[in-house]
Amino acid sequence: MLELQAVHKKFGGLHAVNDVSFSVNEGTIKSVIGPNGAGKTTLFNLIAGNLPPTDGTILFQGKAIQGRKPHQVAARGMARTFQNIKLFHGMTALECVMVGCHTQSKAGFISGMLNTPFARKEEKAIRQRSMELLQLLEIEEFAEVEATSLAFGQQRAVELARALALNPRLLLLDEPAAGLNIYETAEISRLICKIREMGVTVLLVEHDMSLVMEISDEVVVLCFGEKIAEDTPENIQQNPEVIRIYLGEDE
Amino acid sequence: MKVSKTNKILCLCALVILTQVTTTLTGTQYYLTQLTMAAYYGLVVIGLGVLMGYAGQISIGHAGFFAIGGYISAAMTTHNLVQLQDTPIISFCSQMGLLMERQDIYGDQLLTFAPWAACVTALLLAALIAFFLGIPVLKLKGHYLAMATLGFGTIIYRLVLATPLFGEADGISEVPAFTLLPAIGSLPPIMVSGDFGLRVINYYLAWGVLIIGMILLLNLIDSRVGRALRSLHSSEEAAEASGVHTSGCKVYVFVISAVYAALAGVLLTHYNAGIGPSEASVMKSVRYVALVAVGGMTNLWGTLIVGISLTFLSLRGVFGSYDDAVFAAILIGVMLFSPAGILSLRGCLLPSKQEIAPAKEENL
Ligand SMILES: Nc1ncnc2c1ncn2[C@@H]1O[C@H](COP(=O)(O)OP(=O)(O)O)[C@@H](O)[C@H]1O
Ligand SMILES: [Mg+2]
Repeated sequence: MLELQAVHKKFGGLHAVNDVSFSVNEGTIKSVIGPNGAGKTTLFNLIAGNLPPTDGTILFQGKAIQGRKPHQVAARGMARTFQNIKLFHGMTALECVMVGCHTQSKAGFISGMLNTPFARKEEKAIRQRSMELLQLLEIEEFAEVEATSLAFGQQRAVELARALALNPRLLLLDEPAAGLNIYETAEISRLICKIREMGVTVLLVEHDMSLVMEISDEVVVLCFGEKIAEDTPENIQQNPEVIRIYLGEDE
Repeated sequence: MKVSKTNKILCLCALVILTQVTTTLTGTQYYLTQLTMAAYYGLVVIGLGVLMGYAGQISIGHAGFFAIGGYISAAMTTHNLVQLQDTPIISFCSQMGLLMERQDIYGDQLLTFAPWAACVTALLLAALIAFFLGIPVLKLKGHYLAMATLGFGTIIYRLVLATPLFGEADGISEVPAFTLLPAIGSLPPIMVSGDFGLRVINYYLAWGVLIIGMILLLNLIDSRVGRALRSLHSSEEAAEASGVHTSGCKVYVFVISAVYAALAGVLLTHYNAGIGPSEASVMKSVRYVALVAVGGMTNLWGTLIVGISLTFLSLRGVFGSYDDAVFAAILIGVMLFSPAGILSLRGCLLPSKQEIAPAKEENL
């Protein structure tokens, strides 16, 4: 599904991501953990096309995607959420999700301006589908509420719905539980498992250890941009080096 | 949502008709002239409103696009081609029906491009320039974009002032009427012309164009592309991650707003039978920005109403020789007291509904 081969990213003299290789298998949940500044968000930005890697290859569904624009990567079926929630101001929750349907629809400037039957039909389908996604994430009651005025956990759910609207093969989640209380975290972890059941492969970055250990099939540990371990959650918890530099320090 | 949009349009149509009837009954038809001109300027303002308010891209160079429209059609419909009559290109154009023959006021033979050919050329040129200007310029943000579009506006202004073909400081006059439909039977011809006898027709023509332009933009805002524009205004990163080709969207909406400005330029030039360099001046661009800002950035109706009203007052000479100063002062006032436009002041007077403040995110 996704394969990173010797990926490097330098910011000036700083190796934010240093020679990282791993792969994500179809239908699994893989987590990337590591202390703050380890390069996790940078890694996501490399995969999603927000940053070009300094070196290395990123294969998505067998094709090299490094250096592609984010919207091109998105069109190939990769969706993401952001560590700092990025919902659209002045738009309702439903409209935010409808933006997520962008790659699933075609109406352009001209058909939009003329409001052609094609555009109207498509619009109806998008609205319907977005509503279904809000239902899936159990926030349909907020469909007509301005997204940025929702409570934090609900905003995360809207972002998740927007990402799913893209009909992704792979979903990147950057700290989906950040800022959530334990109930909301449990809620999110249930939703992530639900998403995997739908056949979506998930790669997530997370600080919340219990969440990671509970839902991941495999875990990659980053530290100062380098991969120091990759294993099942059980083995990672036993790994002395991981305990020393990550668990011991952070908890 | 849909219904209220249609209703608003119908109200506007009714108002337009009512105004015309009132002026006829009260013998104040002279107002129609300024109302016609205001409608054409309104076209520039709503086009810019979508660019600024919805897509979030400022342009302080829209008078440049207006001038491209006006000057290209003025130059093409007044520049005498008699001497070139026998060249292959001109005779080809003549065969294609692109030319128009008439006599000038001294009775000399005049051969120029027909207004519709000039109009099409002007619009295509404006679209093309907007496209190639937009690609590099819309990569800029905030102040930088403002400065780059200001630079564009300044170049167009200096170009028309320095080019003999464009009449330098005098501008171009004696631009012919633009016949859209010739007289059929007893029906009068439909043409864009300042002729007193055609005042009512031109009033309806201008408002018809404006209302159609408005409907198209309202549709656009509610469409898939409109949502993409609003999303990139808020977060380009998130829009891109949702598959929106943000730079492409920005360029296209820039082109559309440029074409609106150019169309207004073309029609107003035929209506006024001429155009002068002040239409290309930076002050005009600032005025358009001010009108969009006063009306409310994300409120196309507000932009339309305020844009038309203030332009009408300005054309009536209410602001006297302080005209430009008034618009600049309005811009400052809006930015200071009501960045969301004066119509949003209404909301300040009423108690606003409490917003649920989102919990601040902590980076653990
Ligand atoms: N755009 C950037 N320019 C320069 N340095 C950056 C940039 N983005 C991240 N960094 C640096 O790269 C390192 C990794 O950051 P980040 O990927 O955000 O870490 P994490 O998400 O694991 O907390 C940090 O030292 C950060 O300061
Ligand atoms: Mg991070």
